[in-house]
Amino acid sequence: MKVRAQIGMVLNLDKCIGCHTCSVTCKNVWTSRDGVEYAWFNNVETKPGTGYPTDWENQARWNGGWVRTGSGKLQPKQGGKWRILANLFANPDLPEIDDYYEPFDFDYDHLKSAPAMEAFPTARPRSRITGERMEKIEKGPNWEEILGGEFSKRSQDYNFEGIQKEMYGEYENTFMMYLPRLCEHCLNPACAASCPSGAIYKREEDGIVLIDQEKCRGWRMCVSGCPYKKVYYNWSTGKSEKCTMCYPRIESGNPTVCSETCVGRIRYLGVMLYDADKIEEAANTEAEGDLYDAQLGVFLDPNDPQVIAAARRDGVPEDWIKGAQESPIWKMAMEWKVAFPLHPEYRTLPMVWYVPPLSPIQNAAEAGAIGTDGAIPDVRSLRIPLRYLANMLTAGDEAPVALALERMLAMRAYMRAKSIEGVQDDAIAERVGLTGRMIEDMYKIMALADYEDRFVIPTTHREQVEDAYDLKGGCGFTDGNGCSSGISKGSLFGGSKKPLKMPQEVQ
Amino acid sequence: MFGNFDINFIIFGIMPYVALTVLLVGSIARYERDPFTWKSSSSQLLRRKQLVWGSILFHVGIIIVFFGHLIGLFTPVWVLDALGVPYWLKQWMAVIVGGPAGVIALIGSTMLLHRRLTDPRIRVTSSYADIGIMGLIWLQLVIGLLTITQTLQHMDGAEMVRFMSWSQSVVSWNINAWVTVVDVHWLYKLHIFLGLLITILFPFTRLVHMISGFAAPVRYLLRSGYQIVRTRRQKPLASAKPGQSAPAQTTTAKPAE
Repeated sequence: MKVRAQIGMVLNLDKCIGCHTCSVTCKNVWTSRDGVEYAWFNNVETKPGTGYPTDWENQARWNGGWVRTGSGKLQPKQGGKWRILANLFANPDLPEIDDYYEPFDFDYDHLKSAPAMEAFPTARPRSRITGERMEKIEKGPNWEEILGGEFSKRSQDYNFEGIQKEMYGEYENTFMMYLPRLCEHCLNPACAASCPSGAIYKREEDGIVLIDQEKCRGWRMCVSGCPYKKVYYNWSTGKSEKCTMCYPRIESGNPTVCSETCVGRIRYLGVMLYDADKIEEAANTEAEGDLYDAQLGVFLDPNDPQVIAAARRDGVPEDWIKGAQESPIWKMAMEWKVAFPLHPEYRTLPMVWYVPPLSPIQNAAEAGAIGTDGAIPDVRSLRIPLRYLANMLTAGDEAPVALALERMLAMRAYMRAKSIEGVQDDAIAERVGLTGRMIEDMYKIMALADYEDRFVIPTTHREQVEDAYDLKGGCGFTDGNGCSSGISKGSLFGGSKKPLKMPQEVQ
Repeated sequence: MFGNFDINFIIFGIMPYVALTVLLVGSIARYERDPFTWKSSSSQLLRRKQLVWGSILFHVGIIIVFFGHLIGLFTPVWVLDALGVPYWLKQWMAVIVGGPAGVIALIGSTMLLHRRLTDPRIRVTSSYADIGIMGLIWLQLVIGLLTITQTLQHMDGAEMVRFMSWSQSVVSWNINAWVTVVDVHWLYKLHIFLGLLITILFPFTRLVHMISGFAAPVRYLLRSGYQIVRTRRQKPLASAKPGQSAPAQTTTAKPAE
């Protein structure tokens, strides 16, 4: 057993209102620069839809993630090392910017500088790449907002696999949900595995996956390697960039920008302890449907004395162990089993998990029948097809998703009985394998969602990971050469070779 | 003293040393001082059209040509003699292997240059250096292929041996190296001059990605497994095995081989 800690995230889709605040605040902080105008480290998609970049979930087309070969070996779906190297000249699986969208701006200045005319002046779009006029905007980062566009296009959504989807094109049967997406900070990142330069790495202390901008050579294999298409090639700097999990904030115990600004309070951050020795075995599980369970098996119980001892031995700080014990991620993913990984079949063991959304009862007559005796309706009668959610969250296994939805419905029924009728009906809890006490805890964390309950983030132990002398007089973030840290060793030309002590590769 | 000042001496006697010095010092300086700028500058994201075929043809062709020149020019003449390889055979090899490879590279670079100049997205995001170096390489390929017309007139390999002894004299610090190529056809001279010019420009353009391109396979293939985990821990853990140097005290996760 080799214990490591990871900051994981859970998004409660049941509460997402699709306001895009997370995307906008993230964009303002991280990607309002040349070369990444088209990149959204965080974006929110309306489902069903083909998403951003278009059709990203279709790995038969993009070859992202991992594949278990016929001989039982695990390798990137885009190819093993030799294959990846052979594709350096031209990457056959790389999306074009038009698969995301051509970034644009508007001639706002024309609104005030236009001469007096018969018609109102308008602000017409202009490409942010070429600066030329765009006569028609063909695509945007959220092109299918609230089921925009024809059903025939939206229904190419990969999650309709195995579903008779025609009926969902009818107005009466239609359904929708939001899916906010960001880098999954996977336990088995396909981007890192695909990088020939070794520029992408996972941090030992908190599991955040980062791209070393000085080592990135722009071979762009990570872009195609990531099945979530969450690594973006900056066409201006020629380097790849991705969500950093706002690591400077996480290090100081603050939630990421997207989590902090989420008005629906749907995001949770907390520590998960995992066994690094089990990753390969779990990712290489034979049946895709077993991958969700396999990932659960990688997580370690932070209350188990053996795990605690091993964690101490492996250098996990005391407050991180405590953080893992109080982690909302642990509760939702492991104790209540209401959160699931996004597309476990990609075999990356993602660490941003989702609570599936409830939806109205499909049949109006049935809807009238419920609620009288606190009965829980059949989750198969919910408007969003169970299979659709299962395709998204458990590689098609409906049972765990059904149980999660039942537990969420039970939480409502239990709390309704308690707060309106004044009855503590433990039978409701027992029917879904919980206790009244657990349901009240669920209610506190998932429904009330206080700041302190959502974000349990221990700070980085700077005394272990940083040399304070290094930081003295430093200037924080730089693109390399701009700032000296006051140390003059190691460089050929006298100055500091690196602005700060860089992380070292673990052998 | 300057009475017998000869442009040939400047280009074939002095310039090689200038070029190699700039190449070496410039590349090291850039790698050390500004690693952020070290990149392949791929434009595939902006436009796939013409890149896939253009890039593959160009790179495959130019790599064959590059190593052909390297092996052809720097294999000592005595090694040829010792192996019993007749000069005419080597000359034919050069034409038969280098010729088609040069044509492939020229087709590829024509596609890439055309794309770079005519595609609005690529044109506007290109630097002067990007367009300039592409143009120079294109020109160099054309001239290199044109020299074959001269080479075919003397397939005994004698001319080729002169270039071999020139390049080998240069790297063995023979100041009179330039004399051996003074009276070759001007196409050869132009080809050598452009080659040296490209060498000088190398550290200041995207050409530096060649070094990474040759280094990447080695590092990638030698990397154990696929994954990389980095730690910032300043002191090794007490549980770390003795003999292991800090901070590499734990073993890499190897999620996949």
